[in-house]
Amino acid sequence: MAVPKDYKFTKTHEWVKVDGDIATIGITEFAQSELGDITYLELPSAGTALNQSEPFGVVESVKAASDVYAPISGEVIEENNAAIDAPESVNAAPFTDAWLVKVRISDASQLDSLMDADAYEKLVAESGGH
Amino acid sequence: MQRTPLAETHEALGAKMVDFAGWYMPVQYSGIIDEHRAVRNAAGLFDLGHMGQVDVSGPDALAFLQYVASNDVSLIGPGDAQYALLCFPDGGVIDDIIIYRRPSGVGFFVVINAGNKDRDVAWFHEQREKRSDLDVTVNHISDETGMLAIQGPKALEIVSGLSSVDLSDMKSMSCRETEIAGIPCLAGRTGYTGEDGWEFYCPIAQVGELWNALLEAGKPHGLQPIGLGARDTLRLEARMPLYGNELSEEINPLEAGLSWAVKLNKDDFIGRDALIAAKEAGITRRTVGFKMVERGGVPRSHYDVAVDGKTIGFVTSGTASPTLGENIGLALIDKQYAGVGKPLDIIVRGKPVRAEQIKMPFYKRES
Repeated sequence: MAVPKDYKFTKTHEWVKVDGDIATIGITEFAQSELGDITYLELPSAGTALNQSEPFGVVESVKAASDVYAPISGEVIEENNAAIDAPESVNAAPFTDAWLVKVRISDASQLDSLMDADAYEKLVAESGGH
Repeated sequence: MQRTPLAETHEALGAKMVDFAGWYMPVQYSGIIDEHRAVRNAAGLFDLGHMGQVDVSGPDALAFLQYVASNDVSLIGPGDAQYALLCFPDGGVIDDIIIYRRPSGVGFFVVINAGNKDRDVAWFHEQREKRSDLDVTVNHISDETGMLAIQGPKALEIVSGLSSVDLSDMKSMSCRETEIAGIPCLAGRTGYTGEDGWEFYCPIAQVGELWNALLEAGKPHGLQPIGLGARDTLRLEARMPLYGNELSEEINPLEAGLSWAVKLNKDDFIGRDALIAAKEAGITRRTVGFKMVERGGVPRSHYDVAVDGKTIGFVTSGTASPTLGENIGLALIDKQYAGVGKPLDIIVRGKPVRAEQIKMPFYKRES
Protein backbone atom coordinates (compact mmCIF):
# COMPACT_ATOMS: atom_id res chain seq x y z
CA MET A 1 0.00 0.00 0.00
CA ALA A 2 1.44 3.36 -1.01
CA VAL A 3 1.25 6.11 1.58
CA PRO A 4 2.14 9.79 0.99
CA LYS A 5 5.92 10.07 1.28
CA ASP A 6 5.86 13.48 2.96
CA TYR A 7 3.50 12.44 5.80
CA LYS A 8 4.50 11.17 9.24
CA PHE A 9 2.71 8.28 10.94
CA THR A 10 1.85 6.77 14.31
CA LYS A 11 1.76 3.11 15.17
CA THR A 12 -1.95 3.61 15.93
CA HIS A 13 -2.50 4.50 12.23
CA GLU A 14 -2.90 8.27 12.28
CA TRP A 15 -1.03 10.55 9.89
CA VAL A 16 0.30 14.13 10.09
CA LYS A 17 1.13 16.50 7.29
CA VAL A 18 3.14 19.53 8.35
CA ASP A 19 2.85 22.95 6.74
CA GLY A 20 4.85 25.51 8.74
CA ASP A 21 3.53 25.38 12.28
CA ILE A 22 0.22 23.83 11.20
CA ALA A 23 -0.30 20.09 11.21
CA THR A 24 -3.15 18.33 9.43
CA ILE A 25 -4.14 15.05 11.08
CA GLY A 26 -6.10 12.10 9.76
CA ILE A 27 -6.32 8.33 9.81
CA THR A 28 -4.58 6.11 7.30
CA GLU A 29 -5.87 4.01 4.44
CA PHE A 30 -5.10 0.91 6.52
CA ALA A 31 -7.10 2.29 9.47
CA GLN A 32 -10.18 3.03 7.36
CA SER A 33 -9.99 -0.39 5.74
CA GLU A 34 -9.78 -2.09 9.14
CA LEU A 35 -12.73 -0.06 10.48
CA GLY A 36 -15.02 -0.66 7.52
CA ASP A 37 -18.01 1.56 6.73
CA ILE A 38 -17.53 4.74 8.76
CA THR A 39 -20.77 6.32 10.00
CA TYR A 40 -19.85 8.91 12.61
CA LEU A 41 -16.98 11.21 13.60
CA GLU A 42 -16.58 12.86 16.96
CA LEU A 43 -13.91 15.57 16.70
CA PRO A 44 -12.73 18.37 18.97
CA SER A 45 -13.57 21.92 17.97
CA ALA A 46 -11.23 24.87 17.55
CA GLY A 47 -9.42 25.83 20.74
CA THR A 48 -9.19 22.30 22.14
CA ALA A 49 -5.72 21.26 23.30
CA LEU A 50 -4.41 17.92 22.02
CA ASN A 51 -1.78 15.97 23.91
CA GLN A 52 0.52 13.64 22.04
CA SER A 53 -0.55 9.97 22.19
CA GLU A 54 -3.83 10.74 23.94
CA PRO A 55 -7.24 10.10 22.35
CA PHE A 56 -8.74 13.24 20.80
CA GLY A 57 -11.69 11.89 18.87
CA VAL A 58 -13.73 8.87 17.92
CA VAL A 59 -14.36 7.24 14.58
CA GLU A 60 -17.39 4.96 14.50
CA SER A 61 -18.00 2.34 11.88
CA VAL A 62 -21.04 0.10 11.60
CA LYS A 63 -19.04 -2.45 13.60
CA ALA A 64 -17.43 -0.47 16.42
CA ALA A 65 -16.27 2.83 17.92
CA SER A 66 -12.52 3.48 17.84
CA ASP A 67 -10.47 6.20 19.49
CA VAL A 68 -8.15 8.36 17.42
CA TYR A 69 -4.86 9.36 19.06
CA ALA A 70 -3.03 12.66 18.72
CA PRO A 71 0.23 12.21 16.83
CA ILE A 72 1.52 15.45 18.35
CA SER A 73 0.47 18.07 20.87
CA GLY A 74 -1.12 21.33 19.79
CA GLU A 75 -4.23 23.45 19.66
CA VAL A 76 -7.04 22.62 17.26
CA ILE A 77 -7.63 25.42 14.78
CA GLU A 78 -10.19 23.64 12.62
CA GLU A 79 -12.16 20.40 12.48
CA ASN A 80 -13.22 18.98 9.13
CA ASN A 81 -16.94 19.73 9.04
CA ALA A 82 -17.32 18.29 5.56
CA ALA A 83 -16.06 14.94 6.86
CA ILE A 84 -18.30 15.16 9.92
CA ASP A 85 -21.28 15.67 7.62
CA ALA A 86 -20.20 12.82 5.33
CA PRO A 87 -18.32 10.30 7.47
CA GLU A 88 -18.13 7.82 4.59
CA SER A 89 -15.66 10.22 2.95
CA VAL A 90 -13.07 8.89 5.41
CA ASN A 91 -13.38 5.52 3.69
CA ALA A 92 -13.01 7.11 0.28
CA ALA A 93 -10.25 9.68 0.84
CA PRO A 94 -8.52 9.17 4.21
CA PHE A 95 -5.24 10.78 3.13
CA THR A 96 -6.69 13.82 1.38
CA ASP A 97 -10.19 15.34 1.58
CA ALA A 98 -11.21 13.49 4.74
CA TRP A 99 -8.59 14.81 7.13
CA LEU A 100 -9.89 15.14 10.68
CA VAL A 101 -8.39 18.21 12.36
CA LYS A 102 -5.78 20.93 11.84
CA VAL A 103 -3.69 21.93 14.82
CA ARG A 104 -1.12 24.58 15.66
CA ILE A 105 1.95 22.57 16.62
CA SER A 106 3.15 23.31 20.15
CA ASP A 107 6.34 21.25 20.12
CA ALA A 108 7.82 20.49 16.71
CA SER A 109 10.41 18.14 18.22
CA GLN A 110 7.61 15.62 18.79
CA LEU A 111 7.56 15.05 15.04
CA ASP A 112 10.84 13.19 15.39
CA SER A 113 9.11 10.47 17.39
CA LEU A 114 6.82 9.61 14.45
CA MET A 115 7.41 7.10 11.66
CA ASP A 116 8.26 8.07 8.11
CA ALA A 117 6.39 6.55 5.17
CA ASP A 118 8.83 3.65 4.71
CA ALA A 119 8.70 2.63 8.36
CA TYR A 120 4.92 2.89 8.38
CA GLU A 121 4.52 0.81 5.22
CA LYS A 122 6.62 -1.84 6.86
CA LEU A 123 4.42 -1.78 9.98
CA VAL A 124 1.30 -2.20 7.88
CA ALA A 125 2.84 -5.07 5.91
CA GLU A 126 3.62 -6.80 9.20
CA SER A 127 0.02 -6.23 10.39
CA GLY A 128 -1.25 -8.17 7.40
CA GLY A 129 -2.17 -5.14 5.32
CA HIS A 130 -1.07 -4.58 1.75
CA MET B 1 -9.27 -21.34 16.06
CA GLN B 2 -11.62 -23.75 14.34
CA ARG B 3 -12.12 -23.44 10.60
CA THR B 4 -15.09 -24.33 8.46
CA PRO B 5 -14.37 -26.15 5.17
CA LEU B 6 -14.87 -22.76 3.46
CA ALA B 7 -12.17 -20.78 5.30
CA GLU B 8 -9.84 -20.68 2.27
CA THR B 9 -12.73 -19.85 -0.03
CA HIS B 10 -13.50 -16.78 2.08
CA GLU B 11 -9.86 -15.70 2.01
CA ALA B 12 -9.79 -16.08 -1.76
CA LEU B 13 -12.94 -13.93 -1.98
CA GLY B 14 -11.06 -11.19 -0.09
CA ALA B 15 -12.95 -11.51 3.18
CA LYS B 16 -11.71 -9.90 6.36
CA MET B 17 -11.48 -12.82 8.77
CA VAL B 18 -12.01 -12.65 12.53
CA ASP B 19 -12.23 -14.90 15.56
CA PHE B 20 -15.92 -15.39 16.31
CA ALA B 21 -16.70 -17.70 19.24
CA GLY B 22 -13.44 -19.52 18.55
CA TRP B 23 -14.12 -19.82 14.81
CA TYR B 24 -12.13 -18.26 11.96
CA MET B 25 -15.01 -16.55 10.14
CA PRO B 26 -15.57 -13.82 7.52
CA VAL B 27 -16.81 -10.59 9.11
CA GLN B 28 -17.09 -8.82 5.76
CA TYR B 29 -16.22 -9.12 2.06
CA SER B 30 -17.15 -5.97 0.11
CA GLY B 31 -18.28 -4.07 3.23
CA ILE B 32 -21.10 -4.38 5.74
CA ILE B 33 -23.42 -1.79 4.19
CA ASP B 34 -22.95 -3.13 0.66
CA GLU B 35 -23.56 -6.71 1.79
CA HIS B 36 -26.56 -5.68 3.89
CA ARG B 37 -28.16 -4.01 0.86
CA ALA B 38 -27.42 -7.01 -1.34
CA VAL B 39 -29.49 -9.19 1.02
CA ARG B 40 -32.35 -6.66 1.20
CA ASN B 41 -32.42 -6.07 -2.56
CA ALA B 42 -31.17 -9.30 -4.16
CA ALA B 43 -29.66 -12.17 -2.17
CA GLY B 44 -26.78 -13.15 0.08
CA LEU B 45 -24.93 -16.38 0.82
CA PHE B 46 -23.75 -17.13 4.36
CA ASP B 47 -21.30 -19.73 5.66
CA LEU B 48 -22.82 -20.84 8.96
CA GLY B 49 -20.37 -23.65 9.60
CA HIS B 50 -19.76 -22.35 13.10
CA MET B 51 -23.33 -23.12 14.17
CA GLY B 52 -24.08 -26.43 15.90
CA GLN B 53 -26.56 -29.20 15.25
CA VAL B 54 -27.98 -31.88 17.51
CA ASP B 55 -30.07 -34.84 16.38
CA VAL B 56 -32.74 -35.93 18.85
CA SER B 57 -34.42 -39.24 18.08
CA GLY B 58 -36.11 -42.22 19.71
CA PRO B 59 -39.70 -42.92 20.78
CA ASP B 60 -39.61 -40.21 23.45
CA ALA B 61 -37.80 -37.53 21.45
CA LEU B 62 -40.84 -35.26 21.56
CA ALA B 63 -41.33 -35.69 25.31
CA PHE B 64 -37.64 -34.95 25.87
CA LEU B 65 -37.72 -31.74 23.81
CA GLN B 66 -40.93 -30.69 25.55
CA TYR B 67 -38.99 -30.98 28.80
CA VAL B 68 -35.89 -28.99 27.77
CA ALA B 69 -37.42 -26.39 25.43
CA SER B 70 -39.72 -23.48 26.27
CA ASN B 71 -42.01 -23.64 23.23
CA ASP B 72 -44.72 -26.22 22.61
CA VAL B 73 -42.84 -28.77 20.52
CA SER B 74 -45.97 -30.88 20.08
CA LEU B 75 -47.25 -28.18 17.70
CA ILE B 76 -44.46 -28.92 15.21
CA GLY B 77 -45.77 -31.19 12.50
CA PRO B 78 -43.54 -33.25 10.23
CA GLY B 79 -41.49 -30.83 8.15
CA ASP B 80 -42.15 -27.86 10.42
CA ALA B 81 -39.71 -25.71 12.36
CA GLN B 82 -40.03 -23.76 15.58
CA TYR B 83 -38.06 -21.19 17.56
CA ALA B 84 -37.57 -22.01 21.25
CA LEU B 85 -35.36 -21.33 24.24
CA LEU B 86 -33.38 -23.58 26.50
CA CYS B 87 -33.70 -22.26 30.04
CA PHE B 88 -32.00 -22.90 33.34
CA PRO B 89 -34.26 -23.84 36.27
CA ASP B 90 -34.17 -20.15 37.34
CA GLY B 91 -35.56 -19.04 33.98
CA GLY B 92 -32.33 -17.56 32.66
CA VAL B 93 -31.55 -18.50 29.07
CA ILE B 94 -28.94 -21.10 28.08
CA ASP B 95 -29.48 -20.61 24.35
CA ASP B 96 -32.04 -19.89 21.69
CA ILE B 97 -32.57 -22.67 19.19
CA ILE B 98 -34.47 -23.74 16.09
CA ILE B 99 -36.12 -27.16 16.27
CA TYR B 100 -36.89 -28.86 12.95
CA ARG B 101 -39.11 -31.93 12.95
CA ARG B 102 -37.78 -34.09 10.17
CA PRO B 103 -40.09 -34.25 7.13
CA SER B 104 -40.44 -38.03 7.65
CA GLY B 105 -41.96 -37.18 11.03
CA VAL B 106 -39.32 -39.30 12.74
CA GLY B 107 -36.83 -37.43 14.91
CA PHE B 108 -35.83 -33.81 15.40
CA PHE B 109 -32.91 -31.70 14.25
CA VAL B 110 -31.92 -28.87 16.59
CA VAL B 111 -29.74 -25.90 15.60
CA ILE B 112 -27.74 -24.21 18.35
CA ASN B 113 -25.44 -21.19 18.55
CA ALA B 114 -21.67 -21.47 18.03
CA GLY B 115 -20.77 -19.77 21.29
CA ASN B 116 -22.97 -22.08 23.36
CA LYS B 117 -22.34 -25.32 21.52
CA ASP B 118 -20.37 -27.21 24.16
CA ARG B 119 -22.60 -26.04 26.98
CA ASP B 120 -25.80 -26.89 25.10
CA VAL B 121 -24.59 -30.36 24.18
CA ALA B 122 -23.50 -31.06 27.77
CA TRP B 123 -26.88 -29.79 28.95
CA PHE B 124 -28.78 -32.06 26.55
CA HIS B 125 -26.76 -35.08 27.74
CA GLU B 126 -27.16 -34.17 31.39
CA GLN B 127 -30.93 -33.88 31.03
CA ARG B 128 -31.11 -37.10 29.05
CA GLU B 129 -29.37 -38.90 31.91
CA LYS B 130 -31.67 -37.29 34.47
CA ARG B 131 -34.71 -38.34 32.47
CA SER B 132 -33.83 -42.03 32.35
CA ASP B 133 -37.57 -42.64 32.09
CA LEU B 134 -37.41 -41.40 28.50
CA ASP B 135 -36.19 -43.47 25.57
CA VAL B 136 -34.30 -40.82 23.61
CA THR B 137 -31.00 -40.55 21.77
CA VAL B 138 -29.09 -37.27 21.58
CA ASN B 139 -26.38 -37.05 18.93
CA HIS B 140 -24.12 -34.05 18.50
CA ILE B 141 -23.68 -33.87 14.70
CA SER B 142 -22.00 -30.46 14.19
CA ASP B 143 -18.77 -32.05 12.94
CA GLU B 144 -20.50 -33.92 10.15
CA THR B 145 -23.02 -31.20 9.18
CA GLY B 146 -22.41 -28.35 6.75
CA MET B 147 -24.67 -25.30 7.08
CA LEU B 148 -25.21 -22.46 4.58
CA ALA B 149 -27.93 -19.87 4.25
CA ILE B 150 -29.23 -18.04 1.21
CA GLN B 151 -31.39 -15.06 2.06
CA GLY B 152 -33.06 -12.28 0.12
CA PRO B 153 -35.85 -11.59 -2.36
CA LYS B 154 -33.98 -13.45 -5.13
CA ALA B 155 -33.33 -16.56 -3.01
CA LEU B 156 -36.35 -18.45 -4.37
CA GLU B 157 -35.40 -17.84 -7.99
CA ILE B 158 -31.83 -18.95 -7.33
CA VAL B 159 -32.62 -22.16 -5.43
CA SER B 160 -35.45 -23.10 -7.81
CA GLY B 161 -32.96 -23.65 -10.60
CA LEU B 162 -30.88 -26.00 -8.46
CA SER B 163 -33.34 -27.97 -6.34
CA SER B 164 -34.53 -31.47 -7.25
CA VAL B 165 -37.91 -30.79 -5.66
CA ASP B 166 -40.10 -27.71 -5.73
CA LEU B 167 -39.35 -25.45 -2.77
CA SER B 168 -41.60 -22.55 -3.78
CA ASP B 169 -44.66 -23.78 -1.86
CA MET B 170 -42.81 -24.21 1.43
CA LYS B 171 -44.20 -22.19 4.32
CA SER B 172 -41.95 -19.97 6.36
CA MET B 173 -40.63 -22.05 9.31
CA SER B 174 -40.78 -25.40 7.55
CA CYS B 175 -38.26 -27.87 6.15
CA ARG B 176 -38.00 -30.31 3.29
CA GLU B 177 -35.52 -32.90 2.01
CA THR B 178 -34.10 -32.06 -1.40
CA GLU B 179 -30.98 -32.15 -3.52
CA ILE B 180 -29.36 -28.85 -4.37
CA ALA B 181 -27.05 -29.27 -7.37
CA GLY B 182 -27.12 -33.00 -6.64
CA ILE B 183 -26.14 -32.56 -2.98
CA PRO B 184 -28.56 -34.02 -0.42
CA CYS B 185 -29.82 -31.26 1.87
CA LEU B 186 -32.33 -30.60 4.55
CA ALA B 187 -33.74 -27.25 3.41
CA GLY B 188 -35.28 -25.04 6.09
CA ARG B 189 -37.28 -21.98 5.02
CA THR B 190 -35.75 -20.18 7.95
CA GLY B 191 -33.17 -17.47 8.51
CA TYR B 192 -31.83 -14.62 10.52
CA THR B 193 -32.21 -11.60 8.26
CA GLY B 194 -35.90 -10.71 7.97
CA GLU B 195 -35.88 -11.82 4.33
CA ASP B 196 -37.25 -14.87 2.60
CA GLY B 197 -34.69 -17.61 2.19
CA TRP B 198 -33.34 -20.98 3.17
CA GLU B 199 -30.88 -22.57 5.48
CA PHE B 200 -29.34 -25.73 4.04
CA TYR B 201 -27.86 -28.61 6.02
CA CYS B 202 -25.74 -31.08 4.06
CA PRO B 203 -22.91 -33.59 4.59
CA ILE B 204 -19.93 -31.50 5.60
CA ALA B 205 -17.71 -32.95 2.86
CA GLN B 206 -20.03 -31.41 0.26
CA VAL B 207 -20.55 -27.96 1.75
CA GLY B 208 -17.82 -26.45 -0.45
CA GLU B 209 -19.52 -27.81 -3.54
CA LEU B 210 -22.88 -26.48 -2.33
CA TRP B 211 -21.39 -23.03 -1.71
CA ASN B 212 -19.89 -22.90 -5.21
CA ALA B 213 -23.10 -24.08 -6.88
CA LEU B 214 -25.19 -21.45 -5.08
CA LEU B 215 -22.71 -18.63 -5.63
CA GLU B 216 -22.40 -19.45 -9.33
CA ALA B 217 -26.15 -19.77 -9.90
CA GLY B 218 -26.81 -16.64 -7.88
CA LYS B 219 -24.32 -14.28 -9.50
CA PRO B 220 -26.63 -13.24 -12.36
CA HIS B 221 -29.23 -12.38 -9.70
CA GLY B 222 -26.88 -10.21 -7.65
CA LEU B 223 -26.07 -12.81 -4.99
CA GLN B 224 -23.09 -11.87 -2.84
CA PRO B 225 -21.25 -13.65 -0.03
CA ILE B 226 -22.19 -12.08 3.31
CA GLY B 227 -20.09 -11.84 6.46
CA LEU B 228 -21.01 -11.83 10.12
CA GLY B 229 -21.03 -8.01 10.22
CA ALA B 230 -24.02 -7.71 7.90
CA ARG B 231 -25.60 -10.79 9.46
CA ASP B 232 -25.75 -8.77 12.67
CA THR B 233 -27.16 -5.57 11.14
CA LEU B 234 -29.75 -7.60 9.19
CA ARG B 235 -30.97 -9.55 12.22
CA LEU B 236 -31.11 -6.40 14.35
CA GLU B 237 -33.28 -4.52 11.83
CA ALA B 238 -35.60 -7.55 11.85
CA ARG B 239 -35.53 -7.46 15.68
CA MET B 240 -34.21 -10.98 16.02
CA PRO B 241 -32.45 -11.62 19.32
CA LEU B 242 -28.77 -12.45 19.60
CA TYR B 243 -27.67 -14.65 22.47
CA GLY B 244 -25.24 -12.71 24.67
CA ASN B 245 -27.02 -9.44 23.79
CA GLU B 246 -30.80 -9.68 24.12
CA LEU B 247 -30.63 -13.05 25.88
CA SER B 248 -28.38 -14.31 28.63
CA GLU B 249 -28.31 -16.20 31.87
CA GLU B 250 -29.35 -12.93 33.56
CA ILE B 251 -32.19 -12.04 31.17
CA ASN B 252 -35.28 -14.19 31.08
CA PRO B 253 -37.26 -14.65 27.85
CA LEU B 254 -40.26 -12.67 29.14
CA GLU B 255 -38.04 -9.63 29.66
CA ALA B 256 -36.52 -10.20 26.22
CA GLY B 257 -39.97 -9.93 24.63
CA LEU B 258 -40.04 -13.60 23.66
CA SER B 259 -43.09 -14.73 25.63
CA TRP B 260 -44.55 -15.97 22.31
CA ALA B 261 -41.88 -18.71 22.41
CA VAL B 262 -42.58 -19.63 26.04
CA LYS B 263 -45.65 -21.80 26.62
CA LEU B 264 -46.22 -21.66 30.36
CA ASN B 265 -49.41 -23.68 30.09
CA LYS B 266 -47.80 -26.76 28.54
CA ASP B 267 -46.45 -29.60 30.70
CA ASP B 268 -43.43 -29.06 32.89
CA PHE B 269 -40.23 -27.85 31.28
CA ILE B 270 -36.99 -26.67 32.78
CA GLY B 271 -37.44 -23.07 33.95
CA ARG B 272 -41.25 -23.16 33.84
CA ASP B 273 -41.82 -22.72 37.58
CA ALA B 274 -39.41 -19.81 37.80
CA LEU B 275 -40.96 -18.11 34.77
CA ILE B 276 -44.49 -18.54 36.12
CA ALA B 277 -43.36 -17.05 39.43
CA ALA B 278 -41.63 -14.17 37.62
CA LYS B 279 -44.74 -13.48 35.58
CA GLU B 280 -46.96 -13.54 38.67
CA ALA B 281 -44.62 -11.22 40.55
CA GLY B 282 -44.69 -8.89 37.52
CA ILE B 283 -42.04 -8.50 34.86
CA THR B 284 -40.10 -5.35 35.76
CA ARG B 285 -37.91 -4.96 32.68
CA ARG B 286 -38.82 -4.74 29.03
CA THR B 287 -36.89 -4.87 25.78
CA VAL B 288 -37.67 -1.81 23.68
CA GLY B 289 -36.57 -0.53 20.30
CA PHE B 290 -35.25 2.99 19.80
CA LYS B 291 -33.66 5.32 17.31
CA MET B 292 -31.27 8.14 18.08
CA VAL B 293 -32.86 11.53 17.44
CA GLU B 294 -29.77 13.55 18.27
CA ARG B 295 -26.32 13.32 16.70
CA GLY B 296 -23.74 11.89 19.08
CA GLY B 297 -22.76 8.42 18.00
CA VAL B 298 -23.90 4.90 17.35
CA PRO B 299 -25.53 3.03 20.27
CA ARG B 300 -23.60 -0.07 21.29
CA SER B 301 -24.25 -3.09 23.45
CA HIS B 302 -23.86 -2.34 27.20
CA TYR B 303 -24.18 1.44 26.94
CA ASP B 304 -26.27 2.76 29.84
CA VAL B 305 -29.77 4.09 29.24
CA ALA B 306 -31.06 6.96 31.40
CA VAL B 307 -34.17 9.07 31.88
CA ASP B 308 -33.88 12.39 33.72
CA GLY B 309 -30.31 11.51 34.68
CA LYS B 310 -31.25 8.22 36.29
CA THR B 311 -29.95 4.94 34.87
CA ILE B 312 -32.92 2.76 33.93
CA GLY B 313 -31.32 0.03 31.85
CA PHE B 314 -28.79 -0.72 29.14
CA VAL B 315 -28.48 -1.15 25.39
CA THR B 316 -28.49 -4.80 24.34
CA SER B 317 -27.69 -4.20 20.64
CA GLY B 318 -27.17 -1.13 18.51
CA THR B 319 -26.00 -0.20 15.07
CA ALA B 320 -26.12 2.27 12.23
CA SER B 321 -29.06 0.79 10.31
CA PRO B 322 -28.24 0.63 6.59
CA THR B 323 -31.91 0.31 5.57
CA LEU B 324 -33.31 3.09 7.78
CA GLY B 325 -30.30 5.38 7.62
CA GLU B 326 -30.71 5.88 11.38
CA ASN B 327 -28.84 4.80 14.47
CA ILE B 328 -31.04 2.17 16.10
CA GLY B 329 -30.91 -0.22 18.99
CA LEU B 330 -32.62 -2.46 21.49
CA ALA B 331 -32.49 -1.77 25.21
CA LEU B 332 -33.56 -3.60 28.32
CA ILE B 333 -35.15 -0.96 30.58
CA ASP B 334 -37.37 -0.57 33.61
CA LYS B 335 -40.88 -1.23 32.40
CA GLN B 336 -42.36 2.06 33.60
CA TYR B 337 -40.28 3.97 31.03
CA ALA B 338 -41.24 1.74 28.11
CA GLY B 339 -43.58 2.98 25.39
CA VAL B 340 -43.42 3.94 21.73
CA GLY B 341 -42.69 7.66 21.44
CA LYS B 342 -41.20 7.97 24.91
CA PRO B 343 -37.70 9.43 25.20
CA LEU B 344 -34.51 7.74 26.39
CA ASP B 345 -31.01 9.06 26.85
CA ILE B 346 -28.32 6.72 25.57
CA ILE B 347 -25.05 7.36 27.39
CA VAL B 348 -22.44 7.54 24.64
CA ARG B 349 -18.89 8.01 25.97
CA GLY B 350 -20.21 9.57 29.14
CA LYS B 351 -22.64 11.95 27.45
CA PRO B 352 -26.43 11.53 27.21
CA VAL B 353 -27.64 11.45 23.62
CA ARG B 354 -31.38 11.65 23.02
CA ALA B 355 -33.26 8.67 21.58
CA GLU B 356 -36.91 7.91 21.03
CA GLN B 357 -38.65 4.56 21.37
CA ILE B 358 -40.05 3.31 18.09
CA LYS B 359 -42.10 0.38 16.88
CA MET B 360 -40.43 -2.94 16.21
CA PRO B 361 -39.38 -4.63 14.06
CA PHE B 362 -37.32 -1.80 12.58
CA TYR B 363 -37.62 -3.47 9.21
CA LYS B 364 -40.31 -5.70 7.80
CA ARG B 365 -40.21 -7.01 4.26
CA GLU B 366 -43.15 -6.47 1.95
CA SER B 367 -44.87 -9.78 1.41
